Amino acid sequence: MIETVASAALAVNENLIIRKRRIRHGDSPMRLSFVTGTHGDELEGQFLAYLLGSFLDAHIEQLDGTVDIYPALNPMGIDSITRGIPMFDLDMNRIFPGTKKGTMMEVVCSSIIDDLLGSDVCIDVHSSNIFLQEIPQIRISVPTAEMLVPYAKMMNVDLIWVHESATVLESTLAHTLNMHGTKTLVVEMGVGMRITKEYCYQLFEGILNLMKQLEMWHGEVSLVREPIVSINRQVGFVNSDAAGIFVPCVPFGSTVKKSDHIGDVLDPLSSKVVETVQAVCDGLLFTLREYPVVYGGSLLARILMPEEESA
Amino acid sequence: MKKTTLFSLKSPYREQLDIIGYHFGYGKKALAIVGALRGNEVQQMYVCSRMVQTLKQLEASGNISEDHEILVVPCANYYSMNIGKRFWAMDNTDINRMFPGYELGETTQRIADGLFKKLQNYEYGIQLASFYQPGSFLPHVRMMDTGFTDTELMKQFGFQFAIVRKPRPYDTTTLNYNWQIWETKAFSVYTNATDTIDEDSAEEAVHAILRFMLSEGMIDLRVRPGYMTELLRESQVKQIHSEYGGVLVSCVKVGEHVEAGTVLGRILHPFDGELLGEIRTQVSGTVYFVYHSPLINEKTVCYKIIK
Repeated sequence: MIETVASAALAVNENLIIRKRRIRHGDSPMRLSFVTGTHGDELEGQFLAYLLGSFLDAHIEQLDGTVDIYPALNPMGIDSITRGIPMFDLDMNRIFPGTKKGTMMEVVCSSIIDDLLGSDVCIDVHSSNIFLQEIPQIRISVPTAEMLVPYAKMMNVDLIWVHESATVLESTLAHTLNMHGTKTLVVEMGVGMRITKEYCYQLFEGILNLMKQLEMWHGEVSLVREPIVSINRQVGFVNSDAAGIFVPCVPFGSTVKKSDHIGDVLDPLSSKVVETVQAVCDGLLFTLREYPVVYGGSLLARILMPEEESA
Repeated sequence: MKKTTLFSLKSPYREQLDIIGYHFGYGKKALAIVGALRGNEVQQMYVCSRMVQTLKQLEASGNISEDHEILVVPCANYYSMNIGKRFWAMDNTDINRMFPGYELGETTQRIADGLFKKLQNYEYGIQLASFYQPGSFLPHVRMMDTGFTDTELMKQFGFQFAIVRKPRPYDTTTLNYNWQIWETKAFSVYTNATDTIDEDSAEEAVHAILRFMLSEGMIDLRVRPGYMTELLRESQVKQIHSEYGGVLVSCVKVGEHVEAGTVLGRILHPFDGELLGEIRTQVSGTVYFVYHSPLINEKTVCYKIIK
């Protein structure tokens, strides 16, 4: 059943409509919500939404509970390859919880929150941006780690990154839901404007496993991988100091040693290497720059240090 | 006047970005004025350029007080201005959401860091601010209520209204908020334009800043008198939303006094011109914001009235 979560009239003969699909079977009151498409340039969740919905359709008798799929919280953004909300220059994930008496997008965000509250678990799928590729990971702020890490471990991701909370992130969908008691897991994987099928299938297995643990799914599930949890580990950031074209020379997802050569920043005009990029620490290369043009400061890589080195 | 480069950034394909500062007077850091942090803030840059002209004359005539240094930074993001973008052209990030910045961080964090280091330790800071929606404001001054705020200071600008704003989570990375945290008394001055130049409101902003400088003993100058400023909380401003999407025909102008029940605007069907609805004010007061794009969505803030 397809339902309208929020609607507002646009200027010329069109409505902004946020929709969800409700898939329901059995008697269990358990409810899982899958949301994606908050940023219009992140598309990994689109294929995953399809995978999840079509699989449940084909095996509906194994479902005991409700699965709500919200494929596009920012439909105008996806339609126009715009990360934020077109016409507003706003990041939708900085407007939550919204307000009933606010502007159009504040009202829309408020309706989305109202609709999602009450879910037992919510999965909020992002796919980095066009600049960086990410291994499948779940990001959790320190204050919610105790509540969320056990669920995140069920999700078949490679990494659970527990990070410090920042005030500015208090206006995200996940923070709002978590503060209201709806356990929300933020997934980051792949790269913007692309679909990485391998990652989508990996996370799909994780969602089924989560549903199994929530006793919403009676079918078979695959054995999920044990993720690295970043607690007691540090993350090394590699930023460019020069401007030019970044060309990596190590495989994404590999393990590197401190000072390893991981890429170069090149100047196409002078034909010179303007910066030799080295790993800042030992560890797992879990983020790697995808978009080649860089300025001083552009993030090139993130490296998760081993436990003993971080301590 | 001394012209310095406050921060530089190399680009792979363009001339180096140089953030330029104009320094007047000497001695203790009295006031920093910042214009465009975004590529569409042309009016904000223009007001700064007018300040540079005025301060140049004041310096030449010896009318800047001793032991007072004033810094004007007209534009921190002309890279975006030159190619018609609002935010940082490469990654669409907003420099005014990156303060206090981070020197080892991403590009706009480095720009914010480099600029903020040069803006610190001033007693007062003024940012020529803009609003994200298309519209005109009655020129006014705002302060964020961070707990370190002496809001009475805003009266010295002599604008008709001064507004105290409660910071929201996303404000914590703005220049204005961080200035206050680092003990600079920070103000946002709003004129009634952003991507166009409005000469009258630019003039009003320049005179307001000069009134403030005079009252704080930074300059010696006969300045046009201002208003007896009315100090307001945000809650005293009534926001009026559109109930329909369509073509907006406004019936009032910024600065007008309206009575409760007055029709502020009409929304017409974009194809057949039928009246979809009238926008009326439920309160009497002064119109201080008017939305000015011809097309309007439902639930858009189209007027703000100071009750």
